[in-house]
Parts: sequence; structure tokens; C-alpha cells
Amino acid sequence: MGKIGERLKNGIVTENPTFVQMLGMCPTLAVTTSAINGVGMGLTTMVILTLSNFMISLLRKLIPDKVRIPAYIVIIASFVTVVQFALQAYLPELNKSLGLYIPLIVVNCIILGRAEAYASKNKPLPSVLDGIGMGLGFTIGLTVMGVIREVIGAGSIFGYSFADGINRAIDQNAGGKVAAFLKSQGIFEPIGIFVFAPGAFLVLAFVVAFINHRNIKKAAKTGEKAKLCTLADCANCDHVCADAKLDGKEA
Amino acid sequence: MNVIVIAISAALINNVILSQFLGICPFLGVSKKLSTAAGMGGAVIFVMTIASAVTSCIYYYVLVPLDLEYLNTIVFILVIAALVQFVEMFLKKSVPSLYQALGVYLPLITTNCAVLGIAIKNVQEEMNILESIVNGMFSAVGFALAIIIMAGIREKIEKNDIPESFKGAPIVLIVAGLMSIAFMGLQGLIK
Repeated sequence: MGKIGERLKNGIVTENPTFVQMLGMCPTLAVTTSAINGVGMGLTTMVILTLSNFMISLLRKLIPDKVRIPAYIVIIASFVTVVQFALQAYLPELNKSLGLYIPLIVVNCIILGRAEAYASKNKPLPSVLDGIGMGLGFTIGLTVMGVIREVIGAGSIFGYSFADGINRAIDQNAGGKVAAFLKSQGIFEPIGIFVFAPGAFLVLAFVVAFINHRNIKKAAKTGEKAKLCTLADCANCDHVCADAKLDGKEA
Repeated sequence: MNVIVIAISAALINNVILSQFLGICPFLGVSKKLSTAAGMGGAVIFVMTIASAVTSCIYYYVLVPLDLEYLNTIVFILVIAALVQFVEMFLKKSVPSLYQALGVYLPLITTNCAVLGIAIKNVQEEMNILESIVNGMFSAVGFALAIIIMAGIREKIEKNDIPESFKGAPIVLIVAGLMSIAFMGLQGLIK
């Protein structure tokens, strides 16, 4: 039981892929136009991550070290294709709204990163748990982004519009100067740009800044150095070492 | 005419980074210095043009005749990975000067989702081979444009006084958001 809890907590909190490691930024920004899309993408990724972690862990002694990355990619791509078919058959609407970003799960750094960092070194059961934990962490990250963007940008949440309701309630019940001011401003007007591309960047910026702010505060209390959210390194996907190489070359 | 419309739309209107969110990782990770960003942009233009041509040929001459269209994700990612390796070896042997300029960026590109994304988009939108090549090339031009502008802005930002919690990723994302708003203004370019 302890092991299960530890793996799940690691994925959801300690090493949350979206907010702590900043991995898989493309889907985080692209599909979170609404909360339901965020949940859909998160769960789809979780299924693929769990399956690929399981398979890679089973095959970890068979795959020669030199060709492991191409082998992982083939395994991941096969599962992506399978899941894409399943979505086309059972959830055609979700499949349509996620569109291009489903095949692109193949190059999601989270999946290859977990294969390399965890599944290739551990037994199948812990690897499956690791996949579920990381997948849930990713789902939560996407859902948070989706909810914020949908609330501000479309005035609804999980597809249920509340903008009109608020407007009507204020219109009927409230009086006085505040209500008059709100009415003159159109009361609750969704800011459309938040469901478009720029909104994705802005929302993520403020979410990350909020997390940084909390970390700084926490660090000030304990007197340690604050652990700031670093830029997306796409850890484990060659980027880190390549970045280091670039820095070394310029220095 | 159609080709020109595809080119403008790929480079400016549907910019890979700022409106389709493909290739965000290198965009955020390799945009600290102008020279590095320009190198990355050049390497992406080079690889994406070749990759679009090769994947589109494979799709129409191998996968379609064999009724294997559904395997496109697996085939494309492997082809791109192999292609990048091959291009690297070829440049090292025969065009050392170009390898000097682009070499270090090439391995980074395999995991760049923009390359796979554009390859899949080409076949999803049923573009023919010429259109695919143009789309790939000008999408990459859009990528280079965005990453170079970003690097220019970031070099200036480094010297500014930014609130502690906005240092690093958040300020870069805000800059990207503002750039994205600016690029939205180009949408009326083609009617």
C-alpha cells in the first residue's frame, strides 16, 4: 500500500509533469481550450503512458541498450495508434476536438521520459503505478488549465454556461451603485482571447508564476534556496544534454 | 497561386508555434541567444523541408497502395528519426561547413513535435507532394521567425527588473502570448 501511495503522490505532487517538470507543453497549451478537452487529453495520455510503461518494463531485459530509444518509440507509437482507433470508434467527438494532437502523443516527452527514467529500470507493477500517477498529474495539470481558460474565455465550466445566470441574478436581485456600475460594464463578459492561442500562453505564465511565488514563500520560511520552475528542458528527451552541449560550446 | 496561399498561411497565419503550439520545447528551451536561435531555425527549415518531402512520398507511394494509411504515425516517426541521423552523417561527410553551423541542433529535432505534426497534417489535409513540401518549408520558416524574434526579445529582457516569481518560464510565456496576439492580427491577410 505504501508503495502505491508513494508512486501516485510522486506523479501527482512531487514530480507533477506539467507544473514541476514542465514536460509535454505542446498539448498543455494546445488542447486546453475547454475543461473537458483537458480531461480527455489527460486521460488519453494516461492510458498510453500506463500501457507503454507496462510493455517497456516487461521487455526491459530483452531490448538491447543501443537501440532502446527507437524500440520505445515503436512501442509508444503502436499504443497511440490503437488508442486513436478506440477514440475514433467510441468517442468520435473527443477525437475530432483533439485532432492532430492525438498522434502527437508519440513525441510527448513525458512518455519517453518515464520509459527511460522509470519503466526501463523497474518491475511491471511499479511501472504501471508510475504511469497512472504521472498520467493523473498530467490530467490535473491540463484540467486546471482548461477550467481557467474556459471560465474566463467562454463563461462556462465543463460546457455548462454560467455567464448568463450570473448576469440575470445580478440584474434581478441587486440594486445600488455597485450593481448599476456592473450593468453599465456589461456585468460578466467572457474574454474571448483566452480560448484562443494567446490565452494559453498567458494562463500558463500566471499559473507557473503562482507556483513559483508559493515556492519562494515556503523557501523564505525554511531559509533554503527557492526551487524555481525552470524552463521547459524536455528532460530526458535529449534536450538536457544537448542544451548543456550548446552552453559548453558557447562558453 | 494555391502554393503561394499555402506558403503565406503556413508561415504567418497558422504559425506553428504561436497558433498551433507545435515545437514549444525548443521554442522555450533554445531561445536564450539570438545566434543559437538562428541556428536552430536554420536546422528546422532544413529538416522539415526534407521530412515533408520524404514522408509525403512514402505515404502516397508505399502506404496508400498497400492500404496501410493507418500506420502513418509509426512510419513517420521512424522515418523522421532515421532521416535526421542520415542527414547528420551526410552533412558531416560532404558539407562540413553546413555541419559546423547546424550539427549540434540536428539531434534535438527528432523529438521536435513540429516535424511530425506537419508531416501528419500534410496527409490529413490531403496535400499533394509539392504542396506538402511548400507547407513543410514555410511552416519551418514561421518557426524560425518566431524563435528568432523571441530570442531577440529575451536578450533584452535579461537586463530588466522582473518580479522574482515571474523570472524564467513565466515571463517568456507572457512574451509568447503577446507575440501570439500580434500574429493573430495577420489573420486577415488572405481572404
